[in-house]
Amino acid sequence: MSYGSTIKVPFGPQHPALKEPEYFLFEVDGDIVVKVTPRIGYVHRGVEKAFEQETYLHNLYLAERICGICSHAHTTCYTQTVEGLIPLEVPPRAVYIRLIMAELERLHSHSLWVGIAAHEAGFDTLFMYLWRDREMIMDLMEEISGNRVTHAINTIGGVRRDITSEQANKIKKFMDKFEANVKEYMKVLETEQTFLKRTKGVGILKPRDAISLCAVGPTLRASGIKSDVRADDPYLAYGEIPFNVITHDGCDVYARTIVRCEEMIESANIIRYALDHLPEGKIKVPPPRTIAPNESVGRVEAPRGELIHYARSNGTAKPERYKVRAPTLGNLASVCQTLIGAHVADIPMILAGIDPCFSCMDRVVIINKDA
Amino acid sequence: MSVRKWARIRSPWLIHFNTGGCNGCDIEFVAAITPRFDVERFGIKLQGSPRHADVLGVTGPITMQITKRLVRIYRQMPEPKFVVAIGTCATSGGPFKDCYSVHGGVDTVIPVDVYIPGCPPKPEAIIYGIAKLLNKLSGSGSGGEDNGGHTQKT
Ligand code: SF4
Repeated sequence: MSYGSTIKVPFGPQHPALKEPEYFLFEVDGDIVVKVTPRIGYVHRGVEKAFEQETYLHNLYLAERICGICSHAHTTCYTQTVEGLIPLEVPPRAVYIRLIMAELERLHSHSLWVGIAAHEAGFDTLFMYLWRDREMIMDLMEEISGNRVTHAINTIGGVRRDITSEQANKIKKFMDKFEANVKEYMKVLETEQTFLKRTKGVGILKPRDAISLCAVGPTLRASGIKSDVRADDPYLAYGEIPFNVITHDGCDVYARTIVRCEEMIESANIIRYALDHLPEGKIKVPPPRTIAPNESVGRVEAPRGELIHYARSNGTAKPERYKVRAPTLGNLASVCQTLIGAHVADIPMILAGIDPCFSCMDRVVIINKDA
Repeated sequence: MSVRKWARIRSPWLIHFNTGGCNGCDIEFVAAITPRFDVERFGIKLQGSPRHADVLGVTGPITMQITKRLVRIYRQMPEPKFVVAIGTCATSGGPFKDCYSVHGGVDTVIPVDVYIPGCPPKPEAIIYGIAKLLNKLSGSGSGGEDNGGHTQKT
């Protein structure tokens, strides 16, 4: 039903459904959203400029602090970019350790998200279950790297810590348990009416729109498009490890949930395979302090999608230019499109559906001089 | 102990505001309310609206864009109100201290009662910090006065 006139509903920057400060202005006609205006920039800290002021080694820690959820994805991309500048060959064992951490991080990030999705759908029990399991992954990561969130395991030329055989056994044992749990939760998600009613047919993103609006990661794959940097442009050791790119034809929030759940199972398989095939040898090689003029780009499949870093060196110990392009920026245009025509009550669900990470994304700030 | 004070200590309501942090502190903060750490056993409840909250938990450095919003949220909270700065960023600006669009720690904008350093602090540390605040409340009970925005850089 249309009321003929619209009202404006502000959303954010402080809002219970947003964990980060970002602002959206919704124009609604009755209960239906007709226009969405995002306003980004609240989390802009000036990281790219800060990169230019520190040495390559310092910047490693800065790259980690671009985002606290996919910190390892950012350092992997950073080291990949800087090693491309030098260029430097990383020992195979270090490559595998990086990969294992990256997949553990995907597990923690996806279980975090599925928990949040369940919470947004009003299914808090599942949220608590998933976060309980997530704590166990955090324990594993803490044991390997020494830290729960900012792992600091990557360094230019390799990794800082090795994985011992006891740790490997422990991870493998946990993977079996975790996989069984995820399958159990999937059964719940697939049959629980309260969850299905909140997610099926909500936030439709057609495959054509997904491509033209540059969606990435699980959001794109949930629209049935097979695209994953790990498979399309293998980095680390993904070229040597067999795995499936998960897609779903649902195009809705439900599809995004299932894609993430199945990716968790796939990640568990990758981790098991990588641990079984862990090469022997050194874990790092020393990098040079200064880097000759060069340019390099790194691409990584972060839990939320394709992450791109770019660097330009000028012969000193500091980069001349550094650029970060995070997956949420790609997904933001698509989510604004999917929100149009949605019910107001579904806004948090759809917005959460892309797994937004605004701290990754806020690379610009818009200043209106005249305002 | 007055009934009001007793109620405040037994059931502080918390509002969480990210002022430009990297999410690291935020997820540790959320982890503190999940089964393993479970701060609800102290009567602590996460609140959506600043008008219902007693304690403001701030994570992240204060970016230029967020400053006004933070002050506004702080002003909307009813007295007495308390501020907890969670993480190195909120304490001092952390790794982003010298960035062009960052003010620094929370105390450059609003008064802070408890600082929890760490990048990010573990959920245990966050719980410890909040427990310290509750101790402080049961003791002298001094909260910050509303002088929001007094030391803002321009
Ligand atoms: S203190 Fe560390 S983890 Fe927390 S917001 Fe700042 S950079 Fe992120």
